[in-house]
Amino acid sequence: MSKTETTDATDTADTDRVTGDDAAGADLSTAPREETTGGPTLGVVGWIRWFWRQLTSMRVALILLFLLSLGAVPGSLIPQTSADEMKVADFKKAHETLTPLYEKLQLFDVYSSVWFSAIYILLFVSLIGCIVPRTWQFVGQLRGLPPGAPKRLTRLPAYTTWRTEAGPEEVREAALAVLKGRRFRARAAGDAVAAEKGYLREAGNLLFHLALIVMLVAFAWGQLFKSEGGKLVVEGDGFSNTLTQYDDFKSGSQFGVDELEPFSFTLDSFTGTYEKSGPQRGTPRTFEAAVTYTRGDGKDEKAVIRVNEPLEVGDSKVYLIAHGYAPVVTVKDGRGKVVYRGAVPLLPIDNNITSTGAIKVMDGYRDKNGKPEQLGFKAFFVPTFAGAGQGDMFSQFPALDFPVMALTGYHGDLRVNSGLPQNVYQLDTSKMTQFKVEGGTGVAQRMRPGETMTLPDGAGSITFEKEIKEWASFQVSQQPGNGLALAGAVAAIAGLTGSLFIHRRRVWVRAVRGEDGTTVVEMAGLGRSESAKLPEELAELAVALTATAPPAPEPAAPESADPESAAPEPAEAEAEASEGVEK
Amino acid sequence: MILAAETNESLAQMSNTLVYSSMAVYTLAFLAHIAEWVFGSRSKVGRTAAALTEQKQAAAAAVSVQVKGAGGTTVLDRPKVVTRAAAGARDVPDGPGAAGGTVKGDLYGRIAVSLTVLAFALEAAGVVVRAISVQRAPWGNMYEFSTTFSTVAVGVYLAFLLAGKNVRWIGLPLVTTVLLDLGVATTLLYTESDQLVPALDSYWLWIHVSTAIFCGAVLYLGAVATLLYLFRDSYENKLANGGTPSGFARSVLERLPAAATLDKFAYRVNAAIFPLWTFTIIAGAIWAGDAWGRYWGWDAKEVWSFITWVGYAAYLHARATAGWKGRKAAYIALIAFGCFLFNYYGVNIFVSSKHSYAGV
Ligand code: HEM
Repeated sequence: MSKTETTDATDTADTDRVTGDDAAGADLSTAPREETTGGPTLGVVGWIRWFWRQLTSMRVALILLFLLSLGAVPGSLIPQTSADEMKVADFKKAHETLTPLYEKLQLFDVYSSVWFSAIYILLFVSLIGCIVPRTWQFVGQLRGLPPGAPKRLTRLPAYTTWRTEAGPEEVREAALAVLKGRRFRARAAGDAVAAEKGYLREAGNLLFHLALIVMLVAFAWGQLFKSEGGKLVVEGDGFSNTLTQYDDFKSGSQFGVDELEPFSFTLDSFTGTYEKSGPQRGTPRTFEAAVTYTRGDGKDEKAVIRVNEPLEVGDSKVYLIAHGYAPVVTVKDGRGKVVYRGAVPLLPIDNNITSTGAIKVMDGYRDKNGKPEQLGFKAFFVPTFAGAGQGDMFSQFPALDFPVMALTGYHGDLRVNSGLPQNVYQLDTSKMTQFKVEGGTGVAQRMRPGETMTLPDGAGSITFEKEIKEWASFQVSQQPGNGLALAGAVAAIAGLTGSLFIHRRRVWVRAVRGEDGTTVVEMAGLGRSESAKLPEELAELAVALTATAPPAPEPAAPESADPESAAPEPAEAEAEASEGVEK
Repeated sequence: MILAAETNESLAQMSNTLVYSSMAVYTLAFLAHIAEWVFGSRSKVGRTAAALTEQKQAAAAAVSVQVKGAGGTTVLDRPKVVTRAAAGARDVPDGPGAAGGTVKGDLYGRIAVSLTVLAFALEAAGVVVRAISVQRAPWGNMYEFSTTFSTVAVGVYLAFLLAGKNVRWIGLPLVTTVLLDLGVATTLLYTESDQLVPALDSYWLWIHVSTAIFCGAVLYLGAVATLLYLFRDSYENKLANGGTPSGFARSVLERLPAAATLDKFAYRVNAAIFPLWTFTIIAGAIWAGDAWGRYWGWDAKEVWSFITWVGYAAYLHARATAGWKGRKAAYIALIAFGCFLFNYYGVNIFVSSKHSYAGV
């Protein structure tokens, strides 16, 4: 490792500016120059130009980045409609005074709000306004040649010199060869050789910023053309990918219904296993939905959908989202005729899959007088019952270890045709009467599989069949632009890596005949201020060059006798304030 | 994916014992570092002040870097490269380190590092045994994240030492926070060794979580350096303006590397890890795409990863923007790291998110 012997140096005002004889450090990057001049001068055009220059300046980009991160914060603390509408509703109920204010500020939809969009759109306009000129500038730099050597190389951040017997021409030629051998772009310029390397840094940086735009476009594209629908399927049932089959469906504004991928599937079985013991008892271990699916071509194929492993059919992906139980029930009327038989999916309300739902018998039922009527049952189901007298109907374990269902029966009008959309899992009892036994108590019964509850007054019966099915709910998503987003992401990382790990630097080698007849070789390097390897690289280049230009014996005593000493040593070279170099 | 595998109780027990032992050894390392700083305080060097006054008197010069093998007797076999300070930087020598150049301090410093190596080995073994006991990546809950996190931070620090970098000054703050981290992990966050919930069970866990932990550990080192930079920078400013810092500052801050060195270290660390952090977020998005059917849904965890990412991007921009270098950029870096921490503790514990795990 290099060892640092320090003296001292400072400069006062002279920073961030290339001073001295020439533009040795000019165009070492394509970063926009900071404008420190005041406001606009020339009327409307002047204003626009001024505004544009502000918008595309690094300072404003920085402020916009800061605003973007600040603007993202509330969305993580306040419930968002896009993520969980239920939670938003709860929040609105709990905070009545805040809600109107929040709604006005679009705080329930932060990421699609006007103000958040404004921030990132401005940022991306700024970005485009920034990288277009930078790209031209960079192309110009690639076409051009490294700038010639500054007059005084000693002013540069890394410098070395020695004398040699080899002729100046010879040294310059060797320097050109050495530099080119190390993949510098090099050229002879007067009495010196000028070289530059590390252009990939700039290319990487431009690629990175460009990739950000690609990702944004891909994201926007996906939002416009995506579709996303949910469907609950009971074991044995099927689904085919048409709009009418979905329980719920959302799509982007540009999505066309005929773009739905033609396919269908049947849920053969659902398997859930759970931790049986220990403190994490009940934690899910596997969820697997075995399906048979058919593409447009009609051939059956089998697949297993797991939580992290969606089924891919063409552009669509089928994700396993949730699951629960669907007890099978049979309802008979007073004459013993089966009026309803089927699996009733119930919705879990806790982690142990305590579930609730409704059984609706819409037609076919007649009461004991032969009058058509509708029946409804509120169902409460636990897969693992704690045992009679063990508290409430709350499940102790998510698997079907000791299933119990409690049913409360109603008769009357289910109001399914009232015109209002109805939740299939809830019963509207406003036009219904609860079945009551004589004397007044309502009929509600806890049942084990296989048991039957008889309704009073010969109204019929309901049987909780031994078979309990499981259901799984799926999300079918079609999101174009994913490939583009991924390509953008990969390009962003590649560009960033180039931008941060490659150093752009310039090296000059000057060889001139000295007063004593020997050749004085001077080498200097200039890089962005962060590059620490510059002196080492310069030393290595110098060593390579000494093969052709070996140092001549010093005429006078060498300056530094003891290189080990950590004590301050007098300044080398000219005693001048060091120069700032625009980074 | 193997989920049926039973967690092995005795191995899990062994892992806990290893982690507790490492805490004991870290405590000893902590004490040794304290001894190092205490003995080091006996040296009164005051190089910074000297350097600064000298600069005022003679407006001269340059820092020279002697490249390896330099300086022959009569014939130079390797040219000497003279370097100048970066524009606008105060040129102050690095402090002598915690030991302050004292033999006793240095001895304790070496003991502290040796103990840290031992503690690291124990902790790393604890993490590996935990992984074997559960037959999966040991990153299923916050206890496991925390232990891995501090293991990686110490590992990176030791790797820097091994590479000959001057980083021993990080020793005391690092060991202190590692003890805090492990203390919180073993008491508040402890979770029995167990299997994963299905949503976490994916090979993306290995990719996404391991890089996230690695990024966090390295960014932490960057944040420590940034914080020390701010202190040291005020100290140097005070001296340069002719002020007299307190005795404590003179003793402790004097021994730290120069502000410019700390700043550069922080920048390198943060910049080097930024592409990996970008990758981590993208890997997480791909995983979310597989698990939840959307690759980006503005979930709390995703939001805070994004904020952290934008924060560090702002920091890198600030370094390239005139008027924002130095202290302002340092504040941005600290805020960005604060966002990382909040994403880890805050979001996991206080904010309800899709990314909540079994038992914290
Ligand atoms: C979407 C928002 C942006 C993000 C996330 C972003 C991110 C980054 C990152 C991470 C770097 C570091 C790479 C390096 O240091 O070389 C960088 C560099 C840079 N960015 Fe951006 N940037 C954004 C917008 C902009 C805009 C609007 C401008 C134009 C004013 C800009 C101009 C630059 C320049 C010139 C550099 C190079 C700085 C240097 O040479 O060190 N960026 N950007």
